[in-house]
Parts: sequence; structure tokens; C-alpha cells
Amino acid sequence: MSITKEDVHRIATLARLRIGDEEVDGYADNLSRILDLVEQMNAVDTDAIEPMAHPLDVALRLRPDEVTETDRRDAFLEIAPAADRGLYLVPRVIE
Amino acid sequence: MPHRHSLTELAAMLRAREISAVELLDHFLARIEAAGELNAFITVDAEGARAQARAADDMLAGDDPPPLAGVPIAHKDIFCTRGLKTSCGSRILDNFIAPYDATVVERLAAAGAVTLGKTNMDEFAMGSSNETSWYGPVKNPWDAARVPGGSSGGSAAAVAARLVPGATGTDTGGSIRQPAAFCALTGLKPSYGRVSRYGIVAFASSLDQAGPLAQSAADAALLLDAMAGFDSRDSTSLENQLPPTRASLEDGLRGLRIGLPKEFFDAGVDATVAAAVEAAVAALCKLGATTVEVSLPNMAAGIPCYYVIAPAEASSNLARFDGVRYGYRCDDPVDLADLYERSRAEGFGAEVKRRIMIGTYALSSGYYDAYYLKAQKIRRLIASDFDTAFEQCDIVLGPTTPTTAFALGEKTDDPVSMYLNDIYTNTVNLAGLPGVSLPVGFDAAGLPIGMQLIGPYLGEARLLNVAHRYQGVTDYHRQLPGMFA
Repeated sequence: MSITKEDVHRIATLARLRIGDEEVDGYADNLSRILDLVEQMNAVDTDAIEPMAHPLDVALRLRPDEVTETDRRDAFLEIAPAADRGLYLVPRVIE
Repeated sequence: MPHRHSLTELAAMLRAREISAVELLDHFLARIEAAGELNAFITVDAEGARAQARAADDMLAGDDPPPLAGVPIAHKDIFCTRGLKTSCGSRILDNFIAPYDATVVERLAAAGAVTLGKTNMDEFAMGSSNETSWYGPVKNPWDAARVPGGSSGGSAAAVAARLVPGATGTDTGGSIRQPAAFCALTGLKPSYGRVSRYGIVAFASSLDQAGPLAQSAADAALLLDAMAGFDSRDSTSLENQLPPTRASLEDGLRGLRIGLPKEFFDAGVDATVAAAVEAAVAALCKLGATTVEVSLPNMAAGIPCYYVIAPAEASSNLARFDGVRYGYRCDDPVDLADLYERSRAEGFGAEVKRRIMIGTYALSSGYYDAYYLKAQKIRRLIASDFDTAFEQCDIVLGPTTPTTAFALGEKTDDPVSMYLNDIYTNTVNLAGLPGVSLPVGFDAAGLPIGMQLIGPYLGEARLLNVAHRYQGVTDYHRQLPGMFA
């Protein structure tokens, strides 16, 4: 499996990662090698095998619909890179 | 010298008031300071530890102190600690101070343990050598030119050099057991669901488990019993009430059936490692165990399967690092896309970016069936192989790693060769089973050799029992690296 430079740019955009032009060849090479490894999976016959998403084959537990968290808005906003009057600040998204 | 005592012994000495928690703290803080070149710690919290040690001394003066009162420990820097930096080995969390404690941190503190600091690790626990850390590589106390293993490399180096008598780690594909093997420690990855994941920075949520890196099976049992148990804040936490693993440490091994998977002893394993493991099997047979050959036919597919599932889950989990709510934010973003893309590009290291991209690719439209669904089917086959093996045996045994510790820099240029280190360990995570690595010898260069015991689901107590009985007739676990004796 060969990952092209265009693939690297497409994947990086999906993953919200800026990849510089000088890095693209390195990622294309490494990702191709990793996918070569991954494609060894094709040697295994998996016809009629149920996929396993999780080691616990049980339904997740439910809990009563009660408020258990306390309001810690200020503590969480305090560690934000930019916050003001209870809001996270980001660059303008609406002109 | 207090550092020559195991954690179990130190806990008893504290209770007998032969030493105080503050004295013990000072001893280990001085050792941490003197061993700075190992780079085992990201943060040392002398002030916080002193307050905890004083409180422990008060508890020890009263009736019925908790089991770990005054015992110094360290946490891998993946566990959130209220008021103390939790970096996860990454630039993106270099400024992150969690507003809460992980359940593991909370439980060990409630048991009286004193947290000396946070240990170095591969960035987001992605690595097998501790070389992907934003804070630089950790050195192996047995040979400073070699890696301590990863991703819990800082915890392993700190315990191996006796900078702290025990530490926590996490294991997603081998990150407790492989560094334990490289550093002559006893490291346990519990069954999935036994230890709460609440407050542990998530890497691959269906694989991650926390466990102890310790000097012996008895120490690991003491730590596990304090860490484990139901937690309503982790949706995958088990509600089962289990007896403490400590209670069965001394059980006899007569009749124990050890399964030896032929795939663990093929050409891939170094001859010295295989010989040490075979000698350990002979020692267990002298204690009453018998052996049977078993097969895990899909073991080799574990690596490709793991390197789809773990990156897929990671790409989803790491989407939360967006430069908005906490952590690193790039300078002067021009718009929201620029804020996300540059904060993440500048905040994450190369290995983390590779895994995010592999995971994104595997989950992207048109590729899901060929990669993620295929991997989930192989995961089922791997889990079934273990089920079949456990019809014939009580535990599965083999080497923890194909070789002893490799040189710093040896595998950093080739991610695939680094990934192959997990060959004997990551199938255990895929199946959700418990595994323990314990030291069984040294190679010609004096580097530790690890052996892995794998149990059926919730079989931790038996694994620690077998490891403890083995440690009763051997002393590999008591060896200290010369420079740190």
C-alpha cells in the first residue's frame, strides 16, 4: 500500500493537523510502511467472524438519571488558553 | 538503607514505627535528585509529598493506619493529579494542571501513599522506548546507553533505580510489561475493567489499563489491591467484588498447568531470552507445576490488528486537543481551522501524528471495512485462541519481549521495527486479559530478561501467586543496578 503526498494532505486535513511541505515525504514513507504491516491482516481468513469492538461482551451499565456532577465551570475555564466571562474565546467564525 | 527494602517491607517498617514517613520521603527525594541524568521524572512534588508524609506520620501514630500509610510512590504522568502538572509526555499538555484526581491517584492517596512526583513516558503512551517524550528520553538504570522500554519508561527506571519503591503505569499494548522486562521489575497489566480508567488521559479506550510497576509480585499485589475496584465514573468498570490478590500469594503450585504457546518460542525470540524463560519454567515445575504445549495461531496477526485498532481509537480520543479548552494553543491563529491545525501540529510529536493519521485513514470513508472491521474480526480470533488455550491450561507463559533492552536511537528511524516489540504483549490487551512480567535472569551484557504470565479473565490473583512463589526460590527481582545499589 503506497500513500501518496496527496493522501497525506487529505488525511492531515481530516485529522486537523498542519503538515509542512518539507514533512510530507517523510510521512508518506512512514505511513506506507505502517500500512504494509497492517495489510498482513489480509492473510487471515475472517469469513463469518463476528467483529469484537471491546473486551467486555456486555451491555454498558445504566445509572439513575440524577445530577452527580457539581458546577466547576470556573475551575475548567481557568485552564483554558483564552476565556472571558464564562466563554471560551476562538478566532472570529462569523463575519 | 531504606531503598534496599521492598515496598511491602517499608510499609511494615512504617507501621512498626522503625522509620517515619518524612524520613523515608527525604531519603527518596535525595535519590531522585542524585539520579537526574536518568530523566525518569517530569515533575517532582517535594512540597506536596511532605504534606502527605506528615499526614501519614499522624495516621501511623494513631490506630489502624491505612495499608500504604507513608509509602512513597510515583505516578506515570498520564494520571490526572489535581493541582500538579499532567503532561502525558506531550508539549500539548505541558501547561495542563488537571482540576481533579484520577481514581487511581485518589485511591492510592486514600490508602496513605505519598506521591513524590510524576514520571516520564512516551508521548500519549505511544512508544516502546520512552524516546517519543517531549521531555526527552529516559535512560535504563542497568545501562544508560539503552532504553528503559515504554511507554511507562519513567516509572520503570524510577523503580529499577530505587528512586521510589513502586510506581503506577498504564498498558495499552505492553507499556507496563515491556519496561518491567527491560528493567528487572514485576509489572502487572490487570484485566480490562478491573482498575478504573477515570482521570487517565485516554489513548485507546478499549485497550488501556492501569497497573503497578513494582519490585516483586508481593509489592504488585499490595499496590493492585489499593488501585482496583468498582468506580461508577468509568463506564467499563467491573462491579464484581473480588478478594484481595494478597490473600492467595502463598498458595501452592501443585497441579498448576502451564501452557507454553509454540508461537512464543519460535525463531523470533533471542536464544538467551528463551533459555532464561525455559529455566524459569523448570523452576516452576520443581514447585509442582506441569507444562502443556498450546497454540495461539493468530498471534502474528496481533501486531497489524493492534496497529489499526489502537490508532483508530487514538485518532478519535485525541480529537479533544483543539487548542480551545485546555493545553497548548498556537500563536496568532488567523481562523478556527488554523487554530486547530497549528495547535495540534505544534503540540503533538511525530509518532503521535503518525498514529492519528493512520487511525484517521483506517476510519475514513471507503476504508472502514478493509481496516477497522477486519481488525475487529481478527481481535475476536485472538480472544478465541486464548479461550481455547485456557481449556488446556491455567496460565499461559512465554517471554515478555523478543530481546533485552535495545540501544537508545536504535529503532527511532523505523516505526515498524519499534512496533514489533509488542509481539508477545499486545494480544493480551486485545483480549482484555491480565498479564504480568517478572525478571527471570540477565543476558551476557547484564541486561534483565523478563517472562510473561498471562491469565484468564480476572486471573490476576493466580498470576501474582505464581510469580510470588517463583520469587521465593530466586533472587533476580532483588538485584539492583550497580550504580544505584
